[in-house]
Amino acid sequence: MSWMNKHEKLERNSILLLGFIIVTVLVGGIVEIVPLFRMETVIEPVEGVRPYTPLELAGYNIYIREGCYNCHSQQIRPLRDEVVRYGHYSLAAESMYDHPFQWGSKRTGPDLARVGGKYSDEWHKAHLKEPRDLVPESIMPSYAFLMKKGAKLYDLPDHLKALRAVGVPYSDEMIKFAEKDAAAQATGEGRGDKAGLQSRYGDNVNTRDFDGQPNMISEMDALIAYLQVLGTMVDFESAEKVEGGAQ
Amino acid sequence: MASSDTTKATGYNDDVVRLFTLATIFWGIVGFLVGILIAAQLAFPDLNIEPYLNFGRLRPLHTSAVIFAFGGNALFATSYYVVQRTCGVRLWNDKLANFTFWGYQFFIVIAALGYVTGVTQSKEYAEPEWYADLWLTIVWVAYLLVFLMTCIKRKEPHLYVANWFYLAFIITVAVLHLGNNMSIPVDIMGAKSYSVFAGVQSAMIQWWYGHNAVGFFLTAGFLGMMYYFVPKEANRPVYSYRLSIVHFWSLIFIYIWAGPHHLHYTALPDWAQTLGMTFSIMLWMPSWGGMINGVMTLSGAWHKLRENPVLQFMIIALAFYGMSTFEGPLMSIRAVNSLSHYTDWTIGHVHSGALGWVGFITFGALYYMVPRLWGRDRLYSTKLVSMHLWIATIGIVFYIAAMWVSGIMQGLMWRSYDGMGFLEYSFVETVMAMKPFYIIRMLGGVLYLTGALIMVYNFWRTIRGDVSAKELNQINTQGAPA
Repeated sequence: MSWMNKHEKLERNSILLLGFIIVTVLVGGIVEIVPLFRMETVIEPVEGVRPYTPLELAGYNIYIREGCYNCHSQQIRPLRDEVVRYGHYSLAAESMYDHPFQWGSKRTGPDLARVGGKYSDEWHKAHLKEPRDLVPESIMPSYAFLMKKGAKLYDLPDHLKALRAVGVPYSDEMIKFAEKDAAAQATGEGRGDKAGLQSRYGDNVNTRDFDGQPNMISEMDALIAYLQVLGTMVDFESAEKVEGGAQ
Repeated sequence: MASSDTTKATGYNDDVVRLFTLATIFWGIVGFLVGILIAAQLAFPDLNIEPYLNFGRLRPLHTSAVIFAFGGNALFATSYYVVQRTCGVRLWNDKLANFTFWGYQFFIVIAALGYVTGVTQSKEYAEPEWYADLWLTIVWVAYLLVFLMTCIKRKEPHLYVANWFYLAFIITVAVLHLGNNMSIPVDIMGAKSYSVFAGVQSAMIQWWYGHNAVGFFLTAGFLGMMYYFVPKEANRPVYSYRLSIVHFWSLIFIYIWAGPHHLHYTALPDWAQTLGMTFSIMLWMPSWGGMINGVMTLSGAWHKLRENPVLQFMIIALAFYGMSTFEGPLMSIRAVNSLSHYTDWTIGHVHSGALGWVGFITFGALYYMVPRLWGRDRLYSTKLVSMHLWIATIGIVFYIAAMWVSGIMQGLMWRSYDGMGFLEYSFVETVMAMKPFYIIRMLGGVLYLTGALIMVYNFWRTIRGDVSAKELNQINTQGAPA
């Protein structure tokens, strides 16, 4: 067959073969990935999604460091049981500032996309310290060490700067006050400028002593601050309007 | 012919192949051990030792150890072995080849140290941070150079089909690695970086990478292995040259599109999910093309399968390859995926491919290479190969059967309603139901490791130059095997 004779050219010329392979494997990726960067067709215009506060960002990084994504998804599918169990299905906008996404691929534990506000800080603290104290059948590891470890706040301005470089809209002011804002969020009125934090990130920001250790800003503070904001940003009333309008 | 394959006689660079072979065996044992540990942690959570040995940090250690350390070293070892013999020339540039060995082991060590200390990008199978990624890029370019230059200076007029697959694996993994790891470090002196991509885009790019880590690292590369070692062990030519061409090009073209099936029902646009599903189903054909080409290579030599456990390893590997590449397209159908996704079914699917296909074809290749690389006429014991084969096979059956049951059961429990229309089970009730299956899965892993340890013993005796007394006796009374 003639095409087999033509194939012989590739078998005789390694560089040509390499070139054909590269072209062949690039097609699929280009077709599937490039259009996703036309954001307006991919991300719904919903109200309320904001970049993480510095303390929440520190929590997000602890979540990644401990590999929470290995067992917990953050992506509720539009299936009846998931919406009943976890809440409104996840929107693209809700992870638009996650570099990278934390959707996960396995639910050894439950989905966390809307865990924010579902449990008290006290519950999270006790559960992270020893999951089996609250849920005897749980197979989650314990994370008591987070209570004793101080959250690293001094380099938060650098983190915000790096994220701004990849497109997260942190302002100069947010970067400048990153460390102070984190302290303010974790201590309520105690340290730092709560009003300033709220002027930068909105009045809804949770500001309180998350881990119940007033004299210390621990990694537990940061992680709970992150967990408590998950899935709470979108104002679903305005989202309903957008969806209704699209139909 | 066996003993003529050694370094002195051929002028091939087998020093580096021997190093990679030993590294394959070593990292294999490490990877299997960590796998058993994390399997045990899921059944007995007290085995977590915070912070360094918690499941969340060890799971990437396990996946990287088996995929990149065990699988990667096996690909290096066999590709260097095969490219020299099918091109009829010595490996290009000894120094660079040696660099790929030490450079790759260094990458494995810095990646592993990162995992236990919490340094991770949180992207599955691409967890190493930016500095390890940069280092791997350098090593990988060296690998491409060594392999490609050896192909270019070959004495054979045609480049043998195994090398097409190795070449596609090397270059595509480079493209995937560069694409998925684009990130900027927070501080040039620190480990942490942020991905350039966020949300939906980062998810799509991650699974474009993730699925093709399976497609090119664990499939194309190992098909290259299959295309050399099955015909050699069976002493038969590849079944169909035409099928090789058709399934090679269709496999590498179609695989790339399959990534979005990891993102069904997510915030990824539907059109991308549909494309991913469609191409995943199409992928069934080229996958089975490879399986058929491998299995049918035994045409006219089926009797060899009865007596030769090394060949049995390879053919069972192809059977597992066929099974998991049928199961994969099935699970990529959205309706099926709505049940299987997020459950242990996925874990079972991956392991029928990893333990059955990747593991077994590697064991087959190792059993073929080790006596030849160390200049021995035969393995210490063929009987031990048989023992390894059956213990490991039973281990895999334990593993995947347990995961099928637990995965489908958990998926069904999540979506089951009581008479009033409320969800019937709380999440933790579904976790409790998993426990017996997690224990069975762990036992499957123990069996698989036991088999591998038998192999280590067999290789140790082979390399020492021993032949089991019983089998020596047989050879002496029946005459040496052909």
